[in-house]
Parts: sequence; structure tokens; C-alpha cells
Amino acid sequence: MNKIATLTTKAAAIPVTAPPLVTLRGVHKVFANQVTALEGLDLDVRAGEFLSLLGPSGCGKSTVLRLLAGLTGPTRGEIVWLANCPELGFVFQEPTLTPWSDVFTNVWLPLRLAGVSKEKARQRVEEALEQVGLAGFAKAYPRQLSGGMKMRVSIARALVTRPTVLLMDEPFAALDEITRLKLNDDLAALRSSLGATVVFVTHSVFESVYLSDRIVVMAARPGRAVAEIVVESPTQSRQEGFRLCKAYADTCVQTSEALHVAMGDRPPKILKSGAA
Amino acid sequence: MTKDDFVGYAVPAITLGLGLIAWEGLVRYFAVPTYLLPAPSLIISTLITDWAVLSASLWVTLSITLKALGIAVIGSVGLAILFAQSRLVERAFYPFAVAMQVTPIVAIAPLLLIYLSPGVAVLVCAFLVAFFPLLANTTLGLSSADHNLVDLFQMYRASRIQQFMLLRLPSALPYFLAGLRISGGLALIGAIVAEIAAGSAGQGSGLAYRIVESGFRLNIPRMFAALLLISVAGITIHLLLTALSHWLLRDWHDSERGRET
Repeated sequence: MNKIATLTTKAAAIPVTAPPLVTLRGVHKVFANQVTALEGLDLDVRAGEFLSLLGPSGCGKSTVLRLLAGLTGPTRGEIVWLANCPELGFVFQEPTLTPWSDVFTNVWLPLRLAGVSKEKARQRVEEALEQVGLAGFAKAYPRQLSGGMKMRVSIARALVTRPTVLLMDEPFAALDEITRLKLNDDLAALRSSLGATVVFVTHSVFESVYLSDRIVVMAARPGRAVAEIVVESPTQSRQEGFRLCKAYADTCVQTSEALHVAMGDRPPKILKSGAA
Repeated sequence: MTKDDFVGYAVPAITLGLGLIAWEGLVRYFAVPTYLLPAPSLIISTLITDWAVLSASLWVTLSITLKALGIAVIGSVGLAILFAQSRLVERAFYPFAVAMQVTPIVAIAPLLLIYLSPGVAVLVCAFLVAFFPLLANTTLGLSSADHNLVDLFQMYRASRIQQFMLLRLPSALPYFLAGLRISGGLALIGAIVAEIAAGSAGQGSGLAYRIVESGFRLNIPRMFAALLLISVAGITIHLLLTALSHWLLRDWHDSERGRET
């Protein structure tokens, strides 16, 4: 079992003492093709926090999300939820919309599957579209939208059930840098208004530092957690200007170093002197 | 008229027109006998004078084609849905479907003519050739749903029926329509081939029968007129199915993307 090396233990916005919403204990996941995706993962997700899982490809970070979503079970170990059956929202790397239906019908889907009629769902769907800044796009078809807008629809669909836990699997990885920054800003704002717990998988250091309360750095082959970084500034009070703060830059450097260690490299020298 | 319109419509129309003029001119210049090669003008006038006989035959062939296509659609979609429910069923039945497809219909037709009345045999032949592309495409389509969407449906605890109606069927639609366009043409070919195989044994009166009959009587202009009707029927079926496909997929499928500019 791997110990999490805690790099910082500074006070975070979410108290460390808060009971974990979900706990993963000694979770192993071996796929049918004998590839070990996760080996002895211990992870707490605290209620209300924005947790990023950061790591190279193959570190099992997406598998963690699939486990949390109940799409697959652990080979060994246990996953314990504090509350029974929390309402989950899932956002994939691709928008994953049904191209044959318009934006409204796409966002309606989770409620539709739960047996909510179109009329009864209307208000919730419109609310979700408003939250992601797509009010007025209900009748558009996915192919008429840009990549960023499709991702917003995907987020609206995840929000329409008013989830307590939002699972996001590299949602912005396929977008261009400018769209990505804008969506990061919007997600940060949205998240403070929602107050939902977010588990966010990414391989971008900057994105994880910008958005998170806490970052768990994972290493690959076998997938495991190797470091934890608590981002000092409380996410609730973060402004766009956070990207210009020294605290942001420092945390990025620290996170990059942790990522390099996780990947088995030594932290590059130039980065260290640049940060000092 | 834009350049694209010109290339798309005018150029083929001009080459077709020039070809017909050359045909007409050569036949007249060399005084080719009509029992070897009739001029286009004679074919058209035969089409008009023999319209009563030919239109009745066209109707017979078309109704066989459409009936065969209809049965093929129902049968293939039904079987594909069955395949989608169980791998075991797919494994068990697929070899039969493949064997039916790869055996040339001309070779099966005589056997069917022994077992069945000529009318039914012709229908079965047309059905057999139309069936497989539809089955193969629809089966592929039903298993081609985006796996992330499948996960999403599972996460929201969708029932089997919900997953089927809201995800698998719409995902299969473009595949089905591609199969339908192939099968539409094949059903006509199957009907014609079977009629020819039935030949004088069949008391059928479809277009292929008219061709065989005209051949015996050396009525070559009528043979050409019947051929022309078969081509026109094939083109019309293709255009109608393409239009249907365009209409159903226009809002969402990538294959229709080029059409909106």
C-alpha cells in the first residue's frame, strides 16, 4: 500500500476534519487484459471540495472516476459513501451528446431516463442551460455548435439532476487554449454558486491549480497516488486575477515538481531556480 | 448558375445529350437496321406506342421490387435487433445469412422455381439479395453506439428498453439507411435476374420477361425501351432512398454536413 506524501498541510478552505463524502481504501483494479490500473489506492473525497486528480496517462485517474460513478467495481478494496446513492453528474472528455437530438433533448436525457416528462423537465433544463451560458440554444443541434459550446451542453446535462457530486474526466482536454481558459473561469464561478463536490481529472498542472482546493498527484504503472497538494487560496474567493498571483505560480511549480517525481524524473533544475 | 451547379448538372446533361445525338446520327448515317441497333428516337417512339404493355410490365417489376424490399427491411431489422440482444443468436444465425448472400442468386433461382410458384420464386430472389446488406449494416449500427453514451445511460440507470429506443436505434439509423440504398438497387436487380431465370417457364409479365420475349421476336426497339424503363426505375429508387436518407439525417449526421453552405 502506498503512502500519500503530503507536500503541504496548510489550512484549506475545506477543513481536513470534514467527514469524507466517499472513501477509497486499498482499491485495486485489474482489467480483463491483466493490466493493473490501480494498486492500493487510498483516497478521501471531502464533501464540498474541488479535488483534482493529476497524472500522466495510464495512472488510472479515469478509472477512479469510473469507480466513483459505479460504472465498474474494484478488483479489491472498498469504496464507502457517506451518504447513500448521492446524485452524480458525469462529464466526459468528449461532449458525448446524442447528435440526433437538439440541445434541449440532450440536457433533458438524465431526467427523461428517470421518467420526468418533457414539460415537467422544462424548467430544470432551461435553468441548467442558463448556468452554462447557453440560454436560447435549446433548439440548436450539436453539430451547429462549437467544441466549447458542446462541452457546455455536456456540463448542463450533468447539472440538470442537481448533482451533489460532479465527476469530470478531462472535460476540456480537447479544446483550444483560449476556450479552455474561459471554460475554467466559468466552471470556477459555477462551482462556487453550486456548492457541489467536484472530482476533476486532468493532466494540466495549471488547470488543476486554478480550479482545485486539493490536488492528488498520481503515478502510472501501477496507478497510485503519490502526492497531495493543498491549494492555499480558497476557491470561493478566487478571481480571474488568481492566475497572476505569486501563490498561483508557486503552487504550479510545486505541482509540476510533484508530477515530475510521479513520472520518475528528477525535477528539472531550471524550474527550481526560476521559482526561487 | 454557379460553377458548382454547372459542373453538377449541366456537364453531365451536355455529355448525355451529345452521346444521344451521336448515336442517332451514326444509326441514320450508316442506316443500321433496327433489329441491330435502334436509334434513340425510335426507342422513345416505341416506348410511347407500346406504353400499355410496357407500363403494365413496369408495374409488375416495381411491385415485386418494393414488396421484396419491404419484406427485407422488416426481416433484417427484426433479425438485427435479435442479434443485438444476444451474441449467441448472432453466432448461430450469421453463417446462414452469409451463405445466402454469397451464393449467386442466378444459381439459386432455378431451385426456387422448382419449389415455389414462379411469382413467389421471383419475389424470394429479390428478397434474398436485398436482405443481406440491410442485415449487415443494421447489425453493425446497433452495436456502434458511442461507448461513453452507453456508460452514461448505465450511470443514470436506464432500462434496456430506454437504452435501445433512445440510444441504439438512433445510432443505427445512418447504417440502416446506407444499407437501404444498396438494397433498393439490389432488389430491382434480384427481381430482374429471377424473371430472366424463370424465362418462358414463368407466366410473369415483368420488364425482364418483356426483354426475353422481345429478344425471341427480334423486336429490338421494344427491348431497348424495356431496358430504359429498368434504368429509370433503378435511378428513381436510388434517388428516392437518397432523399429519404437526407431528410432523416439532415439535422445531425456528418454525411449531410456538406449540403448546408
